[in-house]
Amino acid sequence: MGGKNTMVESRRPWMAWVYLAPAILLLLVFTVWPIINTFRMAFLVGYRGLEAVQGKTFPFGFGNFTKVIQFQDFLNCLRNTTLLCVITVPLSTFLALLISVCLNSIKTLQKGLQTIFFLPYVTNSIAIGMVFAAMFNIVGSAHGTSNQIIITAGIVNNIITFFGGEPVNWINSGSTYLANMTVMVIYIVWNALPFKILILLGGLQSVNKQYYDAARVDGTSRRRIFTRITVPLLSPMIAYVVITGFIGGFKEYTSIVGVFGEKMGPANDQGRLNTMVGFIYDALENNHQGRASAAALILFGIILVVTLINLQVSKRRVHY
Amino acid sequence: MIVDLQNLTKVFPSRNKKEKEMVTAVSDFTFTIPDGKLVGLLGPSGCGKSTTLYMICGLQKPSSGKIFFGDNDVTQLPPESRGVGLVFQNYALYPHMTVKQNIMFPLQNLKGADKLDKDEMLKRTVEVARIVQIDDLLERKPNELSGGQQQRVAIARALVKMPRVLLLDEPLSNLDARLRLQTREEIRRIQRETGITTVFVTHDQEEAMSISDMIVVMKKGVVQQTGHPQDVYNSPENLFVAKFLGTPPINVFDATVRSGKVYIGDEAVIDVPDVPDQEVIVGIRPEGFIVRPEGRFHCALNGVEVMGRDVSLVMNHPAMNVPVIRAIIDADVTVDPEATEVGFDIKRNKIFLFEKETEARIFFEV
Repeated sequence: MGGKNTMVESRRPWMAWVYLAPAILLLLVFTVWPIINTFRMAFLVGYRGLEAVQGKTFPFGFGNFTKVIQFQDFLNCLRNTTLLCVITVPLSTFLALLISVCLNSIKTLQKGLQTIFFLPYVTNSIAIGMVFAAMFNIVGSAHGTSNQIIITAGIVNNIITFFGGEPVNWINSGSTYLANMTVMVIYIVWNALPFKILILLGGLQSVNKQYYDAARVDGTSRRRIFTRITVPLLSPMIAYVVITGFIGGFKEYTSIVGVFGEKMGPANDQGRLNTMVGFIYDALENNHQGRASAAALILFGIILVVTLINLQVSKRRVHY
Repeated sequence: MIVDLQNLTKVFPSRNKKEKEMVTAVSDFTFTIPDGKLVGLLGPSGCGKSTTLYMICGLQKPSSGKIFFGDNDVTQLPPESRGVGLVFQNYALYPHMTVKQNIMFPLQNLKGADKLDKDEMLKRTVEVARIVQIDDLLERKPNELSGGQQQRVAIARALVKMPRVLLLDEPLSNLDARLRLQTREEIRRIQRETGITTVFVTHDQEEAMSISDMIVVMKKGVVQQTGHPQDVYNSPENLFVAKFLGTPPINVFDATVRSGKVYIGDEAVIDVPDVPDQEVIVGIRPEGFIVRPEGRFHCALNGVEVMGRDVSLVMNHPAMNVPVIRAIIDADVTVDPEATEVGFDIKRNKIFLFEKETEARIFFEV
């Protein structure tokens, strides 16, 4: 046996490929081909799967992209998605940081609270959406017998009226865009917390306790410990949750379906809260695969650029 | 600053919750650290020396007992109000800050009347960096420094706010052997230059002996002996201290005292007319052997290790209580390496008797 070659290399090089084959095959079929196909369809102007099957050919060009961008609905989706990202990612990161620092500093109940904070992560987001829809309902659900119908408002409005406020039309027909977005921001932030808390708490618990002992001996105030020690030491984890947060945010879709249903908006203004992914689904549903592919590539481009910016910023901000 | 520790006791709840037993880390520790001296807390791991240090520092509260800095009772004070500087075993330098920022960090915490302006902070930082000789490394990050340099930064950070007491937790344990020698001289020099009362913790007796003005030997939370390193070495008060101090370690034998003579096996090694008859444990320092073929004590020779300056004889004896007996003799005394047996006389001041049960020292007229 030569010292340079390993056994597999020198004797049966093809064996490695045999072992890798199942994984490679799956990747080719379900990842590589769809990616290639997306590019292909995006650049075939007016591509529709049904017509393609019938033998129709499509010219090559940027037609799908220009069409997508000209859609009023697309710009609406882009605005919704961007707004949700820009608001929820910093907010949820900041809250997650606060909560994990608090969780890390208590001993009793830490495990129990950790579980509670983690619940949204393991709960189906459609189910959560329906609960949110019920909570923010203005009319409330009607129940009781045919003789006596009790109408209750959603719990949020109940709380508001309990404290003497005016009930708000959050999500029902006639509600404002601001009210809709508020509900979505609350939902998304709450839903995004567990993962971020998990990562940040894990980061906190791996920070050497001696840094804090050293800071205590030097009489560092709590605030300074947080800003000068905790945050810099957590910066790799913070960068991670921000980047994954933005990526997830640009793919926001199910949360809105959960609260507003497939119509993506209040009854009188359907599609008002549609997102990029929602736009892609709609195009697919109408058999406009070319347009859907073009929109998907635009989304991919946006996520790529935002992630690159994030990485650039974190390079300067993330210490060590 | 005189540091006075009075009956310090620290009890921890047991890790095992089913057992309600408490673990006593430090028990009834009473000791006065003289002003401006370097004191080594010495003992095997788990003897409570670090706990004692953390109590002086304030990171841990004693279960009972009092700590005085000068006339001030600081027992209840938090660490930041005690004016102590602490150097951690693995230095705990903030990895995201430069050396300068690390050293300056404690100064930036100062509030109220102690608050310093930027120039003053920088001046103090550079000053202390010069004392520990890292003034050319101020812009580096800790991970760009060697272990010894990190150690100096840690000391600088502890010194910069001019603490009344400097505390070092196992300061040399993360350094390689060469650097350790160098750094311990350095610590000695810095301590002398600044004149700050310094306490350091170590499990390495050589380290403690070489630089301390005083050592405190601890075992299982109880102080065994305190004093000047050489005095403790020359006159250990019990078998533990005798065994713990000295390299190579002391040679231990089972022995008996009969009619004023110490018998190891059937040889009467020395005369101790003032000691009553009893079973004893005998400790002989390696340097306590004088080669003399017609001497009173004989050991079976295993080998001779020549180390230049002196010669180490590795030997066996049926009554020995240690894996091997080592005698250190002058290089100019010739011992035939082929010999099966070597005869010795024992220096009276290098042999110690201990009670068999309590392992306490039995003193006799030297």
